[in-house]
Amino acid sequence: MPSAPETTPILEMRGISKTFPGVKALAHVELTVYPGEVHALMGENGAGKSTLMKILSGAYRADPGGELRINGEVIHIDGPLSAKTKGIAVIYQELSLSPNLTVAENIYLGRELSSGGQVDRARMRAECQGVLDRLGATFGPATVVSTLSIAERQMVEIARAIHANARILVMDEPTTALSSRETDKLFALIRTLRADGLAIIYISHRMAEVYELADRCSVLRDGSYVGTLMRDELSAEKLVKMMVGRDLSKFYKKDHDAHGSRGEVILSVRDMSDGHRVRGCSFDLHRGEVLCLAGLVGSGRTELARLIYGADGRKSGTVTLGDKPLDISRPIQAVDAGIVYLTEDRKGQGLFLDMTVQENINLQVIGRDAGKGGLLDLKKARTRAVDAIRALSIRVTGPAINVGSLSGGNQQKVLLSRLLETRPRVLILDEPTRGVDIGAKSEIYRIIDDLVKTGVGVLVISSEMPEVVGIADRVLVMREGHIVGEVGGTTGTAITQENIIALAAGLAHPSAPAA
Amino acid sequence: MSQDTSSAAELAQEKAAANRQVLIQQIIRTVGMLPILILLGIGFQLMSGRFFSPQNLSIVTQQASINTVLACGMTAVILTGGIDLSVGSILAASAMVAVIGSLWPEIGMIGIPLALFAGLIFGLINGSLVAFVGLPPFISTLGSLTAVRGVARLFGADTTVFNSHMPFAFIGNGYFFGIPWLVIIAFLSVIVTWVILRRTVLGVHIYATGGNESAARLSGIKVWAVFLFVYGFSGLMAGLGGVMSAARLFAANGTQLGQSYELDAIAAVILGGTSFTGGVGSIWGTLIGALIIAVLSNGLVLIGVSDIWQYIIKGLVIIIAVALDRVRSQGGART
Repeated sequence: MPSAPETTPILEMRGISKTFPGVKALAHVELTVYPGEVHALMGENGAGKSTLMKILSGAYRADPGGELRINGEVIHIDGPLSAKTKGIAVIYQELSLSPNLTVAENIYLGRELSSGGQVDRARMRAECQGVLDRLGATFGPATVVSTLSIAERQMVEIARAIHANARILVMDEPTTALSSRETDKLFALIRTLRADGLAIIYISHRMAEVYELADRCSVLRDGSYVGTLMRDELSAEKLVKMMVGRDLSKFYKKDHDAHGSRGEVILSVRDMSDGHRVRGCSFDLHRGEVLCLAGLVGSGRTELARLIYGADGRKSGTVTLGDKPLDISRPIQAVDAGIVYLTEDRKGQGLFLDMTVQENINLQVIGRDAGKGGLLDLKKARTRAVDAIRALSIRVTGPAINVGSLSGGNQQKVLLSRLLETRPRVLILDEPTRGVDIGAKSEIYRIIDDLVKTGVGVLVISSEMPEVVGIADRVLVMREGHIVGEVGGTTGTAITQENIIALAAGLAHPSAPAA
Repeated sequence: MSQDTSSAAELAQEKAAANRQVLIQQIIRTVGMLPILILLGIGFQLMSGRFFSPQNLSIVTQQASINTVLACGMTAVILTGGIDLSVGSILAASAMVAVIGSLWPEIGMIGIPLALFAGLIFGLINGSLVAFVGLPPFISTLGSLTAVRGVARLFGADTTVFNSHMPFAFIGNGYFFGIPWLVIIAFLSVIVTWVILRRTVLGVHIYATGGNESAARLSGIKVWAVFLFVYGFSGLMAGLGGVMSAARLFAANGTQLGQSYELDAIAAVILGGTSFTGGVGSIWGTLIGALIIAVLSNGLVLIGVSDIWQYIIKGLVIIIAVALDRVRSQGGART
């Protein structure tokens, strides 16, 4: 282990506090990072991870009283530039590359090489090649960034940091947008960097990643430092307890009896295709069951859901709700029939961030509530909002707050309650707990469980295996646009990560989905 | 940030602070540029000594009226994230229709519905180009800016049309209980727009479409209908502006009338705090914006500033006012 006591830490943060008007975001936080280690930083949304990293990267200034040392020397960071010159680099969730420029131009952005007043692109390309080779990039320095995948862009960001002699690399949820193959590649790269003696601060919500990568793991809760675990001390129970501050005795709630609550078929999808991403998918969803749609990112799960909902044009396929065949070519028809879809892209395609909680919750039912001439029933809208806030325990000070100011978990609950207000018979949830903290996750599982008890059929798309195993009554697995198998329910195959992954990766013989 | 484990007292305190912040934000949003309007008024009063006289206030509000009407439609359009550059041209064409229609013996009043209808049709064409053809609003309305200007000249065979016995001349020159009809119409337009935007389903859909178009589509909002409506409404308002203008002047000229009116309307909306990217804004802000523009024009004349300097000062005031607004609203930005 590189974290032997005689090694000088590359980074020491002591007694770091940060106060925003009205909010104490950080209180006396500690963080010690050694060269050549991957140090995971965990905590719920709002625990202060991002704030701490923003102090490190110079975006925020810490309150006076704290101390920051690099290689044992007390230093002051008074801006992003000074952080950079001290060897600190942050790879952000939202990548900060210029897509219209080449890889080399991005790596040299802001410190372009020039000769005789002209940008010397040839020399820039030549000098980047070394870094790219070291990282194992399969693209050259002259590639335009917009043609690269998200994973490759991330690599460019890392290359830029290394090229600028970064010694401390902060990665904030780097795998959010990556497929599992890309994730494996990234992990290999992180291990190489660690072997080279870089210190990597790795922020993630995903426990599996932390187990796989981290040498040590520090946990923050409510802006305070809780503790640091060594690699061999890591366990899910310990981490959850540290993050949440209490035992989550029943994290996944599945009170509805799988066989007791399951009723007749409510949604029947046959031969659904869009021509390329989804091919001939057929399945049934029963009343009162949680059916999970598992598979790798890009296997066509979201596309299938959007076809059912009428958000995209289909090539073939029929949808039957109860015993009524539906002709859905637009979302409004699905909603009117009783099928709603929760998008995986909450901010981009779900919420109206500039509008209030009340307006968001009521958005899809204002038409039904409205009086003559489309006049709004504001009283009813307020009642609905207040009731929904209570029912889903959304933490807001009132229904007139803008949704954009809420945390991820509360935003998700607002979006969910907007769908629930339409009184759906079928609920399609696409990554319902993505970017949601642990407390809210557990509450969303409770909401799903309650809905299923009332006879709603719920189709959940999820990339988080523990979640699928925890909440599903039955799992369909997709691969390359096909439904390739089923576990749980009446199949006799148990719902386990191994069984699902085997199907998703094409390792098991596909069993025909029970229609 | 931390709600789970804070003590009850802290939570209450946080709630109170958050409520206060929301209240302040709401006030800033609704009041917006009102302080600047008042300061301008006081300044011009001090410099000229007659800005606040009843006659002058009547003149200012009349000067603001047509721009206010155009800006009502423009507010709806900009709230969806669009723009309507063609309102000046549509106003000219509609004014031509209004005057020509008013020349019909006996039924001269028909000029009013004809002009409104013409404006509506031009607006719906804009809306169709945006909603069905998928053209960017800037481009489709830039096209109609030019094309409709040509149509306006065509209507009068490129001459100025007159009617000294305008049957609806009262609209442009009459008073109702001492208030100019122009002002009453402008104010009613603001009220109607407010009702549409804030009290109807359609209004919520307008804000939603401007705030997040893909979310609007996914939630089942008929985005095409929203676009068709806002451009149609903007055209209708331009048609109403045409009626008002024809009634005031007893004449219309396809070449000159309404030139660059779209810029004043856009300026009023932007001064009123409506976001250029859509989804945020209010009609009351627009009203204040239109009044600021009218007060500036009027006040600068009162204190004897030359025509050239009026342009320069008006432009600077718009830039400075919006810049101030940006600085101020950044103070309340999310952390």
